[in-house]
Amino acid sequence: MASIKIIKDKCVGCKLCVGSCPFGAIEMVDKKAVILENCTLCSICVESCKFDAIDFQKDEVSNAVDISLYKGVWIFAEQKNGEPESISYELLGVGRKLADDLKTSLFAIIIGDEIENATKKLIAYGADKVIMVEDKSLNYYNDESYTDIFVQLIKENNPEIILLGATAYGRSLAPKIASRINTGLTADCTKLEIDLEDGKLLQTRPAFGGNLMATIICPKHRPQMATVRHKVMKELEPDEKRLGEVIRPNVNIPTDLKIKVKDVVSTITESVSLTEADVIVSGGRGMGDPKNFELISELANVLGGAVGASRATVDAGWIGYSHQVGQTGQTVGPKVYFACGISGAIQHIAGMSSSDTIIAINKNPDAPIFKVATFGIVGDVLEILPLLIKEFKKA
Amino acid sequence: MNIIVCVKQVPATNEVKMNKETNTIIREGIEAIINPFDTYAIEEGVRIKEKTGGKTTVLSMGIPSVADLLKETLAVGIDEAVLLSDRTFAGADSLATSYALSKGIEHIGDYDLIVCGKQAMDGDTAQVGPGLAEKLGIPHTTYVRKIEEINDKYIRCQRMTEDGYDIIEMPLPAVITVVKEINEPRLPSLKGMMRAKRAVVTVLTAKDIGADSDLCGLKGSPTQVVKTFVPVHDVQSEMIEGEPEEQAEKLAKKLLSMQFNTSDSTEVI
Ligand SMILES: Cc1cc2nc3c(=O)[nH]c(=O)nc-3n(C[C@H](O)[C@H](O)[C@H](O)COP(=O)(O)OP(=O)(O)OC[C@H]3O[C@@H](n4cnc5c(N)ncnc54)[C@H](O)[C@@H]3O)c2cc1C
Ligand SMILES: Cc1cc2nc3c(=O)[nH]c(=O)nc-3n(C[C@H](O)[C@H](O)[C@H](O)COP(=O)(O)OP(=O)(O)OC[C@H]3O[C@@H](n4cnc5c(N)ncnc54)[C@H](O)[C@@H]3O)c2cc1C
Ligand code: SF4
Ligand code: SF4
Repeated sequence: MASIKIIKDKCVGCKLCVGSCPFGAIEMVDKKAVILENCTLCSICVESCKFDAIDFQKDEVSNAVDISLYKGVWIFAEQKNGEPESISYELLGVGRKLADDLKTSLFAIIIGDEIENATKKLIAYGADKVIMVEDKSLNYYNDESYTDIFVQLIKENNPEIILLGATAYGRSLAPKIASRINTGLTADCTKLEIDLEDGKLLQTRPAFGGNLMATIICPKHRPQMATVRHKVMKELEPDEKRLGEVIRPNVNIPTDLKIKVKDVVSTITESVSLTEADVIVSGGRGMGDPKNFELISELANVLGGAVGASRATVDAGWIGYSHQVGQTGQTVGPKVYFACGISGAIQHIAGMSSSDTIIAINKNPDAPIFKVATFGIVGDVLEILPLLIKEFKKA
Repeated sequence: MNIIVCVKQVPATNEVKMNKETNTIIREGIEAIINPFDTYAIEEGVRIKEKTGGKTTVLSMGIPSVADLLKETLAVGIDEAVLLSDRTFAGADSLATSYALSKGIEHIGDYDLIVCGKQAMDGDTAQVGPGLAEKLGIPHTTYVRKIEEINDKYIRCQRMTEDGYDIIEMPLPAVITVVKEINEPRLPSLKGMMRAKRAVVTVLTAKDIGADSDLCGLKGSPTQVVKTFVPVHDVQSEMIEGEPEEQAEKLAKKLLSMQFNTSDSTEVI
């Protein structure tokens, strides 16, 4: 059985390991480190010890597969009304690089109804082959039918890597598939690379609400599956002349589904959704009053962006939960993010730190938000915002 | 209706300080709490039971001391608490966790609905709910923000999506994972707290629930963490000084010069 222990003779009592354990499971007793019973065997501390005093015995993972039988990089192309979602292009962008490094083909898997047109776009954005499964019943995303079809395709073709978006649907579909075929799945990746020595997929992701980054591998199981954060990977320039193959495989389209999608409701009142927006203007408690959120909407409108909010304002009932950005809200990564009267708590930053440009307006020069800001303005939001709106209207 | 609520103990991540030299997180006196999303799962489970009758059970996989946290849930209306605790379970990834919990659920038996949180604050994967449903061979719906109807036969609920919600109907037994919007958890009642004090948590080992040790813990985990590091936000911050008018003008100029085209961005729907 796996175990961890401190080699007393090697431990010099430097305490480095104590700080590295995210679960508080290491304590110093008589100047030596001691592992407590709340250790989860996560292995994070092992590297922190510069004296090789932490003896971590891993178990060999059971039920390994013959990984040489698996070939090809797959991405799941999410679509709505036959139009690929932007995450699909981002997955093709990173998938292309992985496939090139592995000298293998990049496949896009698209499931839906009336998706013929989408296949051309997926090829233009980097796919070598598109596997499409088209049927009237697949019009809306359904966990059950999409999983059944996807698993049939995997069993037939044995891909080595499958990437899905870390979207509402992707984060439901991916674990259902991984659990059915018993393979590893890394969540919410922000970086994906091939280890050029052994061809393994190195999957890096934030955990602990963005406080810690972890690189994860899936050494003995295939396919290696990952969901990928929206707006982190770059899409390629589309090339209409790229050639690719469209495959319509023979699969059983499941009927008599247990899960029924009764309706798909869009509640976005603005023209732009938070996760898709290139510009987000967010307000925090520093806006002072729900009425002042009109300034936020106005700036968002002028810039063609979406409105975001901190949890404090959502909890106070100033604005709906669907606008909340952060660890317990939405993760966003626009080109420009305005944080207006937001202090910059770690839970808020976890949801927006991958934005290209961050602008912070706060009256407190020591507010933590300035640490992640590209541009900062120390001042009163109620004064600055109307002036900014005026400036952008001029432009 | 018998409801099982899955609850995970997580370290509270509020106070995070960094050791700049070693690039590690300094944590002192880390408090163990119930995963915040699971408090909504507990509340929803209790509310359904109050309407339909039946029993609510919390289920957790964790170290022995999690039993104390589970007792707290009895103060807010949960009837029974079960803890899966065994070194065999240690080091589990989301697949091995899903497997162990599914065996625990089968051991408890006679269930209609399983409620999980949207995601745990430490691992943050949101994979256990769907993974566990699959292991049990029952349907699931993630990100549930509202239950429209629930009866002996089926549940109809709203799943939050990026631009609204889907209305999903599925037969019971089923798994749902819930988001914060679904309810406002109640505070413990005095009577509840008394009950919690006296409560006994059932602790089960891998053998008790008939779990195959090859599928548990590190052995049953296809994924491995090979490296961890603290993210550095090494942004070059530029403070824009001056009177408010100047600040606004300078900022607008900077943004516009970054080819941040205001008319272009409206095309993104
Ligand atoms: C488990 C957990 C999960 C969480 N998840 C999230 C999450 O998903 N998203 C999130 O946002 N938070 C989240 N939080 C809450 C987070 O910790 C903060 O409490 C929250 O983000 C604070 O919101 P705020 O910045 O609007 O308010 P405050 O922290 O109160 O900050 C207000 C800021 O406005 C400034 N200000 C005041 N008046 C003015 C003015 N006139 N002009 C300019 N500036 C002004 C102040 O200087 C201050 O910096 C979570 C917390 C926990 C414990
Ligand atoms: C830094 C780091 C990164 C990790 N990355 C990955 C990864 O990418 N892929 C992976 O498979 N594993 C990963 N793990 C392991 C993962 O955290 C554990 O498997 C964990 O036991 C379950 O996953 P979670 O915390 O993400 O839970 P989630 O899937 O986010 O939890 C969702 C819900 O499931 C229920 N639940 C989860 N765990 C338990 C439990 N122990 N007892 C009762 N109910 C529970 C709760 O209702 C919870 O709200 C990582 C661990 C660490 C430390
Ligand atoms: S880091 Fe290594 S040497 Fe330092 S206290 Fe921990 S075990 Fe001992
Ligand atoms: S293995 Fe993980 S939980 Fe155990 S002591 Fe090391 S860092 Fe802490």
